[in-house]
Amino acid sequence: MWNYIKLVGLALIALLAAIAANYARDLAYMVHAIIVMLVAGGLFLWTVRQTDEPKRPTGAEYMDDVIKAGVIATCFWGVAGFLVGTWIAFELAFPGLNFEWLQGYGNFGRLRPVHTSAVVFAFGGNALIATSFYVVQRTSAVRLWGGNLGWFVFWGYQLFIVLAATGYLMGATQSKEYAEPEWYVDIWLTIVWVAYLITFLGTLFTRKEKHIYVANWFYLSFIVTIAMLHIVNNLSIPVSIFGAKSVQVFSGVQDAMTQWWYGHNAVGFFLTAGFLGMMYYFVPKQAERPVYSYKLSIVHFWALIFLYIWAGPHHLHYTALPDWATTLGMVFSIVLWMPSWGGMINGLMTLSGAWDKLRTDPVIRIMVISIGFYGMSTFEGPMMSIRAVNSLSHYTDWTIGHVHSGALGWNGMITFGALYFLVPKLWNKERLYSLSLVNWHFWLATIGIILYAASMWVTGIMEGLMWREVDANGFLVNSFADTVAAKKPMNIVRGTGGIMFLSGALIMCYNLWMTVRRAPAKADATAAAPAE
Amino acid sequence: MAQKPEKKQPETTGHSWDGIEEYNNPLPRWWLWSFYACIIWAVAYAIAYPAIPLIKGATPGLLGWSTRGEVKADIQKFTDANAEIEAKLSETDITLVSADTELQSYAVNAGAAVFRSNCSQCHGSGAQGAKGYPNLLDNDWLWGGDIEAIAQTVRYGVRSTSDETRYSEMPAFGEFLEKEEIAQVANYALSLSNSEHDAGLASSGAAIFEDNCVSCHKEDGTGDREQGAPNLADAIWLFGGDIESVTQTITSARNAVMPNWGGRLTGAQVKAVSAFVHQLGGGE
Repeated sequence: MWNYIKLVGLALIALLAAIAANYARDLAYMVHAIIVMLVAGGLFLWTVRQTDEPKRPTGAEYMDDVIKAGVIATCFWGVAGFLVGTWIAFELAFPGLNFEWLQGYGNFGRLRPVHTSAVVFAFGGNALIATSFYVVQRTSAVRLWGGNLGWFVFWGYQLFIVLAATGYLMGATQSKEYAEPEWYVDIWLTIVWVAYLITFLGTLFTRKEKHIYVANWFYLSFIVTIAMLHIVNNLSIPVSIFGAKSVQVFSGVQDAMTQWWYGHNAVGFFLTAGFLGMMYYFVPKQAERPVYSYKLSIVHFWALIFLYIWAGPHHLHYTALPDWATTLGMVFSIVLWMPSWGGMINGLMTLSGAWDKLRTDPVIRIMVISIGFYGMSTFEGPMMSIRAVNSLSHYTDWTIGHVHSGALGWNGMITFGALYFLVPKLWNKERLYSLSLVNWHFWLATIGIILYAASMWVTGIMEGLMWREVDANGFLVNSFADTVAAKKPMNIVRGTGGIMFLSGALIMCYNLWMTVRRAPAKADATAAAPAE
Repeated sequence: MAQKPEKKQPETTGHSWDGIEEYNNPLPRWWLWSFYACIIWAVAYAIAYPAIPLIKGATPGLLGWSTRGEVKADIQKFTDANAEIEAKLSETDITLVSADTELQSYAVNAGAAVFRSNCSQCHGSGAQGAKGYPNLLDNDWLWGGDIEAIAQTVRYGVRSTSDETRYSEMPAFGEFLEKEEIAQVANYALSLSNSEHDAGLASSGAAIFEDNCVSCHKEDGTGDREQGAPNLADAIWLFGGDIESVTQTITSARNAVMPNWGGRLTGAQVKAVSAFVHQLGGGE
């Protein structure tokens, strides 16, 4: 019966999408309507074929297929995002690469949000969804709740990514950093995200463990807060129901404040809280050591959650935003320093008594370096939020370097560590295909990040100083183009760092692929059953 | 495996999730005290600086500091220091600025800064120009290269929205001439500066040039600054000197625009930037 309702619904969606494509007022909207029509049509056919077929029994074992898909998607989008990033990094060093024939679709301005969204939302988001599904099942000792809802979340999220990225290329953008997708893509993400929340909460509610493990607090705070941030920052009114363009509800400085309240907490809850959830499971598992301090985890969790949400105004120092608001953003950022470091301490100290594994286990090494970068960038962040520092660093490459030491170093590395842990487990293998390839990945990625971050410190501080340089009469000494020219060597170093990081990721993909194909199967290949 | 025995094995909380346990270690002291120190600093900072929003505005902070105040003080410092010479620049006739060494040096310095912020986007940071944006280093001037003419161009712009703007409009000859004729006159125009051209086509272009172009560009193609008609005989081409570019210029006309900077810059700034451009090398 349920299938027939689904069939009617899918047919209706396909029909409406066809109508929307016909009336579309712009290219992006039309292409998106066609994509939706094809997806709904394909699902319709698939559902027809499934209807009245005997159901495969779903046992009590963990739902791991969706996590496998998530692992593959993480690798795919990661490589795609790193590749676009490396490409546009070289465009900055050699503007000639911004080819004439790419104009209008593949120029720098269109590719830049493709890069950021691919890395943050596609790579990071898939990593978070996949690992959260894995962790919540293991630490709740129960199968993922909601039947195929997990699959809806996975495929729904991939559709969101495709709509967002193709939209950027065709010029559909709200022009809000990290919140570029237009209104209908936002609505779709909201639906997917609510399904994600329900899946996660349902699993927690049906858990067989008495207490909720700390990783799940972080994952849950990430899911809930992202939903709130996403909805508020994307409040907008479409110009036409048949067009991509929409108009923001907030305007002027209110819009700027909302945007950076969103932007900073996307960092705080997506890239920090969510990934701390990852860290709290995979580090103790890989190290086979207990978490260092339960007390610290609970105190730094609540302090982090409470403080992060106020820190956004530090993105708007010396703007139209009133001074009092930027002061508050700044002091909350400073107070946030220790709560952020709580996660670092708990991660690193978990390894005490297992430090020797740094020598023998490159996966642990990757996790440790990720925690190191986490500590570095959560110190750098509060420092850059200080007005006097920000007046130099703002709008310079220093900010870009800061973001990348966090994104490549912390988010990237902890994800790589989790993937190296997950693949043998999910595909029931005894071990990874090659530890020496993991080692190669570790060094390539680490040196790549260092080249990236160091070159951006140099250019960032240099251009900040050049911009503010005045002569004895108070006249500006440099034009903007002078600073661009001066950055060229460092832009090349940055691109080289990108190539190294990308190569490391490709080596990882090969290694994981070969693990699935070639690594010896686990001797006791028992179907994983929830532990009581 | 050489593993140091731990000093003391701490208690765990007693739970285990998928094999993960948690120690019941206390909060690290240094962490806790650093956290407290940050909070105390935050409170102190919020008292010293504008921070707490109230009904009629925010608390101004004990130091009375504000971002606008800071910028204002910065600007005021230099305004005060430059007041005397700035006043002198405003009062002095533009043609007399260069006679006063100190004033000229100040004007060129100030003009360079104005140029970097406002002009370099089109004319290049070295004033070398680009396709469509005149080179200001050479002695080829569309509207005149003495200091008054430069100041006039800067103040009112070219084909700008100002009523006083410098204005002229070359017709798009694609509407009047056949493609063949345009090819001929384009080659003729190129021949005036001995640029690469087809001599056969050029010779048939002479008559077309005579009929259509000389009223502005003059018989010998040297142009007319009164109406901003470029000199065609000097091998300097604003929109490119190859046959394709010249053909396009004749067919569609270019009529580039420069904004009227008088609406944005002060009188002294216009003088200063004119003095700067004038001394770059091509000033007359």
